[in-house]
Amino acid sequence: MARYGPMVLRVCRAVLGPAAAEDAWSETFLAALQAYPELPPGSNVEAWLVTIAHRKAIDARRAQARRATPTDTLPERPSSDGLPDGRDHDLWAALGRLPRRQRETVAYHYLGGLPYAEIAAITGGTPDAARRAAADGIAALRRVYLKGTVR
Amino acid sequence: MTTSPDIANGELSAAFAALPGVDEPTRARLHARLVSAAAEAGILDVAYRTVDSPVGPLLLAATDTGLVRVAYAREDHDAVLERLASTVSPRVLLAPARLDPVAAEFEEYFAGRRRLFDLPLDLRLAHGFRRTVLSQLRRIGYGQTASYTAVAVAAGSPKAVRAVGTACATNPLPIVVPCHRVVRSDGAIGGYVGGADAKRTLLSLEAAV
Repeated sequence: MARYGPMVLRVCRAVLGPAAAEDAWSETFLAALQAYPELPPGSNVEAWLVTIAHRKAIDARRAQARRATPTDTLPERPSSDGLPDGRDHDLWAALGRLPRRQRETVAYHYLGGLPYAEIAAITGGTPDAARRAAADGIAALRRVYLKGTVR
Repeated sequence: MTTSPDIANGELSAAFAALPGVDEPTRARLHARLVSAAAEAGILDVAYRTVDSPVGPLLLAATDTGLVRVAYAREDHDAVLERLASTVSPRVLLAPARLDPVAAEFEEYFAGRRRLFDLPLDLRLAHGFRRTVLSQLRRIGYGQTASYTAVAVAAGSPKAVRAVGTACATNPLPIVVPCHRVVRSDGAIGGYVGGADAKRTLLSLEAAV
């Protein structure tokens, strides 16, 4: 867990935003602990954890949609309000503005380190479609995130 | 043709890599939350923690049955945890609070205020004759020593002196099951799972009280 915990938390943050990420992280690892004895030896643990996290994110979004009171939903995008790590917040925020499919493929590939074949198995669709979604997501991130970069 | 984002976006990759990891308070909070959720769900099979001691950091691990493993640093705590994961259960979690009573007894022992560990033990890591030897070891009182030969006799196999040595060397619960009180008949201190220095430290601690 020490090995994979940070990776899964970053994936959850990218896919769900910071507010819901910790819940999804806890749910993911609890489910992983429960199922771990049945995991065949030699399995790709990263892909397995991201698969669980993906399902927990779907659950979380459904639960979020069901909740009617707006006070239940914390703001999903932190503003970059002059904090020293404002740029990191910008990247999280930029990720949060991507369409869901792009956000997932970018998160699973760039933060989770999964190849597109694994990502396609998790999100559905073909590896090529996953690769294109990630490329589109990255292109959009380049536009919003790297635009203001001073070199 | 689409350019591979892997190649074209080195700077973005760098930005991803530079995203802050998980800070310590967050990690600790998430971990504590997972431990209590796992305990509630009945899937915390092995809880562990470490304690500092005059014989170096000790790893303590417990199952629902009781204390299952005490390990010296020289046994390599990571390797010990890996073995627990493969032999007992892969659900191994750092859960210090669950081992507070155990840690307290160790502290009292090293302070010279405890002569007998009064803890539920899980002896599942010792089998057959080795287990018989361990139960004999628990009869050697605080501050006393016995020879390997004497333990072999007490265990009902007078010729199994070497096997007694092996049982001591593979004792999963050193200190609590006092294999440090077994010495050679010629007066030499003999080997010890925690090293000869640790054995001397424990014997002089017990002799001094």
